[in-house]
Amino acid sequence: MTGIVASAAGFGVVFGLTARGAGFSLVEAVAFSTIVFAGASQFAAAGMIAAGFGWPAIVLLTGLVNARHALYGAALAPWLRAQPRSERAAMAHVLTDEAFALSLVHFRRLGFTDRRGYWIAAIGGVFIPWNLATLTGYLGGQAVPDPGLFGLDIVFPAAMAGLAVGLATGRREVVALGAGVVVALAVSLAIDPRVGVVAGGLLGPAFGLAVPRRDPDVPEADELPADPDAFARPDRSEDGMLP
Amino acid sequence: MSVELVGLAVLMFAVTYPARAIPLLVPRFEHLPPRALEYLRLVGPAVLGGIAATEVLIRQVPGGGFVLALSWEAVAVLACGAIVAWRRNLALGLLAAVVLIAVLRAAGIA
Repeated sequence: MTGIVASAAGFGVVFGLTARGAGFSLVEAVAFSTIVFAGASQFAAAGMIAAGFGWPAIVLLTGLVNARHALYGAALAPWLRAQPRSERAAMAHVLTDEAFALSLVHFRRLGFTDRRGYWIAAIGGVFIPWNLATLTGYLGGQAVPDPGLFGLDIVFPAAMAGLAVGLATGRREVVALGAGVVVALAVSLAIDPRVGVVAGGLLGPAFGLAVPRRDPDVPEADELPADPDAFARPDRSEDGMLP
Repeated sequence: MSVELVGLAVLMFAVTYPARAIPLLVPRFEHLPPRALEYLRLVGPAVLGGIAATEVLIRQVPGGGFVLALSWEAVAVLACGAIVAWRRNLALGLLAAVVLIAVLRAAGIA
């Protein structure tokens, strides 16, 4: 978990700097990290605000960027089914890429649901470091009068590219990424970058789906099983109850 | 101190939270058609790639049109993507991109 904490903290500092550069106030930067709490879309929004995008485009893109969280919930649902509904509703807000990865690996290793483990991973491993680091980055940014001089303005597009590549774990993801880029650029040239990004995000996955799987019987890397029953199921919860 | 963007944060939460919560709260969400789940999985790389590409490759020209423009910033972003693909390490990729641009600007190249 140390690596995740370090990653969340480092990236949070960069978000604090980026938010400051985009003209956020301290309250706004902290509000993004506590209320939205979704790194990629926070970076995207900060860059889009700086570029003059309107709120509707930012909200639409946020929905697209964060749609992948539905997959995390789907994969964790069998493990968390036995928890009270109100607790699952709270768990959802802190369900990030990192919290998902940590908790799913943890549950599978244990063979049962460890709800305290989920909270430790999601809150202690990501939420607290991310928010403290946002604050640190924002306040520390006062000492950096011109972020462009130190190359810090490249952080936003580089982070978007790095996150995209990090998510491209199979042939279909790579094709979706490539198609998303090509469509976004083509539509940007023809109409406007704001429309281009949305078009790329909507059409790119369609190109990815058109790619035949290497072997239909062998799942691609990181692929959700077509049969939901193939999700690893817990045998018991931490208190020994069947979920 | 401005708080205007707090409203945007709330709207962003409003479109993010359902994606996180519905699968945990709606019984048997994981039984969505496999192609719908696959489409969701592919949206992330497509959107993020599109954002990165338009950010460094598209420039507005006087008169309102848009053109494709190659730059050192695009090279730095590409380098970041290549490092992440190679080492699976985002922090390293970001560091390389920042250092590259900082050095090129200090040298008067970028």
